[in-house]
Amino acid sequence: MSAVPHDVAHGHDHHDDHHHGPTGLMRWITATNHKDIGTMYLIFSFIMFLSGGVMALTLRAELFQPGLQVVQPEFFNQLTTMHGLVMVFGAIMPAFVGFANWMLPLMVGAPDMAFARMNNWSFWLLPPAAILLIGSFFVPGGATAAGWTLYAPLSVQMGMGMDMAIFAIHIMGASSIMGAINIVVTILNMRAPGMTLMKMPLFCWTWLITAYLLIAVMPVLAGAVTMVLTDRHFGTTFFNAAGGGDPVLYQHVFWFFGHPEVYIMILPAFGIVSQIIPTFARKPLFGYASMVYATASIAILSFVVWAHHMFTTGMPAKTQIFFMYATMLIAVPTGVKVFNWIATMWRGSMTFETPMLFSVGFIFVFTLGGFTGLMLSIAPVDIQYQDTYFVVAHFHYVLVAGSLFALFAGTYYWLPKWTGYMYDEKLGKRHFWLSMIFFNVTFFPMHFLGLAGMQRRVPDYNPMFADFNELATVGAFGFGLTQLLFAYVIIKCIRGGEKATAQVWEGAEGLEWTVPSPAPHHTFEVPPVFEAKGHHH
Amino acid sequence: MNAQTIEKYFVPEPSIYPIIGSISLLLLGTGASFWVNSLAAGPWITALGFAVLLYMLFGWFGAVIRESETGKYGKNVDSAFRWSMGWFIFSEVMFFAAFFGTLFYVRVISVPDLGSEVGQIFWPGFKAAWPSAGPHATEAFESMTWVGKSTLAIVAVIAAAAMLTFAHGPMEKGKKGQLQIMLGLTLLIVVLLLASLSVSWVPVINTALLLASAVTLTWAHWSIRQGNRGQFNLFLALTLLLGVVFLGCQVYEYVHAYSELNLKLTSGVYGATFYMMTGFHGLHVTIGAIMLAVMLARSLSGHFTKDRHFAFEAAAWYWHFVDYVWLLLFVVVYIL
Ligand code: HEM
Ligand SMILES: [Cu+2]
Repeated sequence: MSAVPHDVAHGHDHHDDHHHGPTGLMRWITATNHKDIGTMYLIFSFIMFLSGGVMALTLRAELFQPGLQVVQPEFFNQLTTMHGLVMVFGAIMPAFVGFANWMLPLMVGAPDMAFARMNNWSFWLLPPAAILLIGSFFVPGGATAAGWTLYAPLSVQMGMGMDMAIFAIHIMGASSIMGAINIVVTILNMRAPGMTLMKMPLFCWTWLITAYLLIAVMPVLAGAVTMVLTDRHFGTTFFNAAGGGDPVLYQHVFWFFGHPEVYIMILPAFGIVSQIIPTFARKPLFGYASMVYATASIAILSFVVWAHHMFTTGMPAKTQIFFMYATMLIAVPTGVKVFNWIATMWRGSMTFETPMLFSVGFIFVFTLGGFTGLMLSIAPVDIQYQDTYFVVAHFHYVLVAGSLFALFAGTYYWLPKWTGYMYDEKLGKRHFWLSMIFFNVTFFPMHFLGLAGMQRRVPDYNPMFADFNELATVGAFGFGLTQLLFAYVIIKCIRGGEKATAQVWEGAEGLEWTVPSPAPHHTFEVPPVFEAKGHHH
Repeated sequence: MNAQTIEKYFVPEPSIYPIIGSISLLLLGTGASFWVNSLAAGPWITALGFAVLLYMLFGWFGAVIRESETGKYGKNVDSAFRWSMGWFIFSEVMFFAAFFGTLFYVRVISVPDLGSEVGQIFWPGFKAAWPSAGPHATEAFESMTWVGKSTLAIVAVIAAAAMLTFAHGPMEKGKKGQLQIMLGLTLLIVVLLLASLSVSWVPVINTALLLASAVTLTWAHWSIRQGNRGQFNLFLALTLLLGVVFLGCQVYEYVHAYSELNLKLTSGVYGATFYMMTGFHGLHVTIGAIMLAVMLARSLSGHFTKDRHFAFEAAAWYWHFVDYVWLLLFVVVYIL
């Protein structure tokens, strides 16, 4: 490397803690700063989380008792569909991208994301997509009611709301692909000198692999919904047997995207938990390299298991067996991860601040979801479980207790770095316990409901399921209200509190803890020199 | 290593273009939703969305070009661009993969299933054969039947693709003679391919056109690396011309298919896969051609040096990508 800086010219003349450039609303609209953009992602995803939550509570209110009380079946179906789409594409995914924006540059010692302007666009594509999605409730025929998986032939028959959902998915896909490219390039190209790939924090690794998955499968989803669009309006027959196509083809293309997608929503969660547990166990992460390899093998395997969502579509037995064993294989690297987290805590000097509580809670409850996944992967058994509440229980254990709890954990963990203040620990703990209890009250009974044969996505049910449904609804409202407490803790922390130190947590390691709290507007404009501590050897 | 020896990474100033792009996509999404549902405002909103998109693209790429030409980008930014273009093309590959997978599925699974014993229960008398418009086809159509020596054509296509790929080795190493031999051989294969025809036929001509354009493009790349701008412009223009002729041929092919073969987008799953795959490919050729045109315009106004011309290389990568997609299309859509 030469002795003169190559990139002499720099957009900013002053490098200090303060924000220069547009103020007010324009600061956010034109932002090229990864911290500003990360904040917008997090706020957006929280708003979407609340919107999706309101939809879910409406569903639960309807399901409180058998019979129809609160909403009409058509609207119920719209709500299930939109709840899924909003939570997956509006809440969980953008929230993780928000974490990536805030933390990746700080963790690898980069001044910003590789493409700061494109980063802004990735974010600002989300509101138009959300407008199209939510707006579709108000067009003739209402929102799409085909389920978040948008299966043909139902999706070929819906009204205009379906088209709006298709274009919203195109836009969100563009956002995800650009965001993912940005993340890959930031990680591959902008690490501080000395930080080799095998020395970077595990959160970076999980995001690198997640971004790769996003780039690989979002275009496939775009292809799938494009074919739905042309089947709807241009007379193609991709998903219509009369023309030589096949509705099951849609499921194949969708799940080729869909299964990697569920890993897109969980791998960054693994990353967050892998940052937090060593901090509060005050021990380096056990088996760093095996964590990296486990993540990579999950990513590779996730491309060859998609048909486990289709065991009841009449696939040949050989195909079913292949997908069954391939799916079971994924439990191995997942097990490696769980083992490593536990081994990290083994004989650590642990304390249980809120991030740690959520992380340990994550391990417990996520693992339950993993086990039900394993049950579902057994093809002959899945024929009973398919499309019952057992599946609903499974994916809420992995998505709520998995992805969402990890997001909560990460928020508490880095909140002091973002705001400069400590959050209210007592309220945080209360948030954890209430979430944990209400989560299980809501979703645990669903296992029994599913095993007893209650179908998902139906507003009415056999009265024999009434007790568990009442319980689940009570739990759901408790869970929903608890999240207002979360909002309160965050707002309180933004407005003030005990000042946070740079390191914040006694056991915390990594570059993000070397900058002051709150992290200044510009950090690492000159790359720091990274020296690995006791870590990963 | 002290701070002095470390590059400073370029971080752009706040920018208004992304939000303009978002507004344009909101308009496009809304307009298209209206349009496909036959609401009168649809085309207008869509057109407005396009106009805003164009404004954004001009403004944004203009800003990037300005920054590049005023030397704000260093080595690090350069490698960021390289990584990102590679990953972007990967995402495009996966988009096409969805359609290739669909074609595979209908040909190997869904159509044969409809003609199977079980299929006969629902569609008595349906004979599973490709091309197929499905058991409920109401109009007869002719497919784009192959009228040449299939094996020869496939071998030629693979050989040409391999030759072109390996030609980039000598180019990187600056070995003119070797490069000329390899590009020459590619052209020879193109001639062979044409000779494999028993009648003159559009897809083969199109294959020849795109392969030839890859040769001229590689020669343009060689020229800029030698700092020979005149030759660069000439071959770049030639590439662009071949691309435009390709698109013209495709238009001719579609017109021919609609008017003489009665082959339409609605001709069952054959028509659907045929038009969607060649159509999306044609769209990508158009985008690639626009990229090349921009590069030509930039070169004519003095941009690019023999060491700094990544924008051109990115466009060339993209062109090679649409080229390879075509070769695969040629084999699986037309020949097999
Ligand atoms: C050990 C790992 C896992 C296994 C073996 C597994 C297995 C399965 C199987 C077989 C199904 C299909 C059930 C059916 O429809 O009959 C399923 C559904 C589902 N899984 Fe998992 N899973 C695992 C982990 C995860 C994770 C980590 C997530 C997300 C974070 C997830 C999200 C989902 C979702 C959303 C569905 C339902 C999709 C729908 O039909 O709407 N799974 N899983
Ligand atoms: Cu799956």
